Amino acid sequence: MKAFAALVAREVRLAWTGGGLWLPVVFYLAVATLFPFVTGPDKALLARTGGGILWIAALLATLLPIERLILPDRQAGILDQLAMRGWSDELIATAKIIGQIFAFALPLLLATVVGSALIGLPEAQLGTLLLGLALALPALSGLSVTIAALTAGLSGASALGGLLLVPITIPLLIFGAGTLSEDPRNAMQLLAATALAITALSPFAAGAALRAGRI
Amino acid sequence: MSSRQAPLPSISVDNVAVIRGNRLVLRGLTVSARSGDIIWVRGANGCGKSTLLRLVAGLLDTAAGSITTEGQIALADENLALDPNLTVEKALQFWADMDGASANDRSAALADMDLQALSQVPVRFLSTGQRKRACIARVLTSKADIWLLDEPYNGLDSASCARLDQAITAHAANGGIVFVAAHQPPSINVAHSLILDRAEASA
Repeated sequence: MKAFAALVAREVRLAWTGGGLWLPVVFYLAVATLFPFVTGPDKALLARTGGGILWIAALLATLLPIERLILPDRQAGILDQLAMRGWSDELIATAKIIGQIFAFALPLLLATVVGSALIGLPEAQLGTLLLGLALALPALSGLSVTIAALTAGLSGASALGGLLLVPITIPLLIFGAGTLSEDPRNAMQLLAATALAITALSPFAAGAALRAGRI
Repeated sequence: MSSRQAPLPSISVDNVAVIRGNRLVLRGLTVSARSGDIIWVRGANGCGKSTLLRLVAGLLDTAAGSITTEGQIALADENLALDPNLTVEKALQFWADMDGASANDRSAALADMDLQALSQVPVRFLSTGQRKRACIARVLTSKADIWLLDEPYNGLDSASCARLDQAITAHAANGGIVFVAAHQPPSINVAHSLILDRAEASA
């Protein structure tokens, strides 16, 4: 358990030192800041569309840390050393996903409060938006680790990662946007179910990808 | 009350074949090692020295044959497995935490490889030889029974080579097993010399 905690702590530390923590947050807030420049200062329009924009921004921010999640560890031999110590690839993936939740999902949730203020989102919608993102961000963390494991070492990994991630996240985006409607209950339930399934399956998919990439 | 002793480390490679990238790298390889053995693995480039070490480490699958190992294994190859942004001390402490080793074990390993003065330097600023020493210090910290060292002398100065020889000899004397894959013969006494041919191996 101590070793697992040490691996999770390492993931968070690497995110902190390697820009994986603040880059997605800055990107996320930059989108929130730029959006009103495009639509104009129409408060009603911003209130109606702002939540959806933050959802898309969160999804795109997921792409930013992908290159640093698996490839550096594979190249440095860290993954080999962990495998030699009896760590299953699924357990390594789980530690990385939990690390991502701390290093990516939680900061993004905090940034949502700032982002919603920048867009002028109604306060009543903020709670729903935070709840929806809190459900979806662990799934997005799982997907980013999975796609990082799938694309590690491939040429054009970033672009390929984006091409893979965007279609997979469409259900999360649809249900997430649905939670911003007047009656968010059904969409929230569907979002929770989808996010839970993705989060639960991600360690197995990422673990299989790690195994397949071992040479 | 009887105390149960841990089994002695051993390695048994039996009639193993390995295919990598559609190429038969090893064929019919049989080799065994027991507690206290130092084995020099040698052969031309691409003959399968590193493959053999990764095979024993459990990182590769065999196409035929079987491998049995007893004891904890540590591998030092071309990959440092040390976070470049961390100081040498912190990078080693991560693996000490993974292996359940103490801070004293880590400090002893740093001393054995003469790295105390560099302990607070980030790994990325080390020279090639210093990185190699840090990598070997990781193996020393692990307290593993079996050491698999791939080209461990590359980049080391004569004083560092002597320190490594001393560490290898002491490890074998304490009952460990050491595989040294190197082109040049180690200056220490080796129990066996394993010569790998390109497609075929003989022990």
